[in-house]
Amino acid sequence: MVPFEFAYYRPQSIAEAVAMFIELEQKGKRPLYYGGGTEIITLSRLGLVSTAAVIDMKAIPECRVLDADSDPLVLGAALSLTELVEANPFPLLTKAAKEVADRTARNQITLGGNLCGQIFYRETALALLVAEADIVIAGPNGVRQSRINDLFHQHLQLSRGEFVVQIKVRRFAVELPHFHHKRRKQGEIGYPLVTIAALKKDETIHAAFSGVCPFPFRSAKVEAHLNDRRRPATERIQAAVNAFPRPILHDIEGSADYRLFVAAQLLEDALRELGETI
Amino acid sequence: MEETTKCELVLHINGEQRTVITRQAETLLFVLRDELGLTGTKPGCLNGDCGACTVLVNGTPIKSCMMLAIETVGKEITTIEGLRDTPIQHAFVRHFAFQCGYCTPGFIMNIHALIEQHPNADQSTIQEWLQSNICRCTSYQEIEAAVKEALQAKKTDIQPSHNRISRV
Ligand SMILES: Cc1cc2nc3c(=O)[nH]c(=O)nc-3n(C[C@H](O)[C@H](O)[C@H](O)COP(=O)(O)OP(=O)(O)OC[C@H]3O[C@@H](n4cnc5c(N)ncnc54)[C@H](O)[C@@H]3O)c2cc1C
Ligand code: FES
Ligand code: FES
Repeated sequence: MVPFEFAYYRPQSIAEAVAMFIELEQKGKRPLYYGGGTEIITLSRLGLVSTAAVIDMKAIPECRVLDADSDPLVLGAALSLTELVEANPFPLLTKAAKEVADRTARNQITLGGNLCGQIFYRETALALLVAEADIVIAGPNGVRQSRINDLFHQHLQLSRGEFVVQIKVRRFAVELPHFHHKRRKQGEIGYPLVTIAALKKDETIHAAFSGVCPFPFRSAKVEAHLNDRRRPATERIQAAVNAFPRPILHDIEGSADYRLFVAAQLLEDALRELGETI
Repeated sequence: MEETTKCELVLHINGEQRTVITRQAETLLFVLRDELGLTGTKPGCLNGDCGACTVLVNGTPIKSCMMLAIETVGKEITTIEGLRDTPIQHAFVRHFAFQCGYCTPGFIMNIHALIEQHPNADQSTIQEWLQSNICRCTSYQEIEAAVKEALQAKKTDIQPSHNRISRV
């Protein structure tokens, strides 16, 4: 149930979507791009989203591309998480996507929606941050491509009217050794206490986190400690956890101390699985 | 660009064409129940968590509380009213896989799609799919038994007989 009115638009091209956005914005409709729509609908009911127009991206061909054979592989932002999991073009991303929500919800939740949503876990971002994926963005100033790491600071830094068209992952990154684990308070469905995605490239560990802070992050300081092989693994892990950005989440799901404890345990598992001496 | 926020939708539901005038911002769940009288689809959490509102859109399970009706134009919608005599319905009765029955339509829609898409589903696939639905009366063991029987029935293509149902 959406407790207010909005108009629904379904553009067939990037240019049409951007033109619609500009026109609707000028008319004061505060348009929202619409992926799976699950967050827009559920948060509308709670009064946390309001708009007078939604622009559905699912009929834009570029947003629906899934090219698993190319280098880089190309993933459209309007692919559902189920489509990504079933095609499995990037195993680390598959593991991340498969842990988001539940199977039926994943039939609707899109890759772009998970990256751009208000719900701050944005767990698919972790795999893309450690793989240093590229992100194709369209907006009133045209189409541009950037490294996701340059644009994702707590959330994707998009200008008004911009939307994610595609993600591109370089093939070598797809094949690197990796680790993914999501630890919840209980059960197998739900938001994370801690999620870690990590991979090892040229003997350097990349690691990104969700659930620890009210935003996902990958941190150079944290990775410097993790990769400081002059020190024993336990010290590296403790220094890494101490360097986590703040604030640490502290709520009914888990206290800040508990989340840090779980993060340290998972980092130990990650280092071991990535061939480090523990 | 069109300014009005009401619209006429032609929807294909359970093999029939239905026309409805509704808000563009209306969810499929509300249109099915309140505009078209298909009350077998149940509202639960309205938040994507419980699965009571599950229907099939082009054969894929969807939580109808989180999808706009307008998105389903040109697609085939199946609700619980559109299922007749499927192996999973019979198996639910035979295994008493419900108590109050409120979650049952959602479970059946999801499991029906599972059986159609994965007739050889293993334990982990069954678990993955069933985690999308919540039963407050804790009939999970019986539901799992019903799923396994229905998968078997699908494989052998033998539907459980009505005599056996009337005995329970
Ligand atoms: C039942 C349920 C469980 C969930 N569990 C998890 C979980 O475990 N982990 C997790 O990380 N998340 C979880 N989420 C959150 C979910 O991933 C986000 O709410 C996500 O935004 C939903 O994707 P969507 O495609 O439906 O987004 P929409 O509702 O379509 O959009 C959400 C926001 O993103 C914007 N947006 C969408 N696509 C684009 C795009 N291509 N470019 C720019 N902006 C865009 C929209 O404008 C809107 O502001 C859960 C959500 C639900 C409903
Ligand atoms: S009512 Fe739709 S998931 Fe609960
Ligand atoms: S039988 Fe009552 S909620 Fe499932």
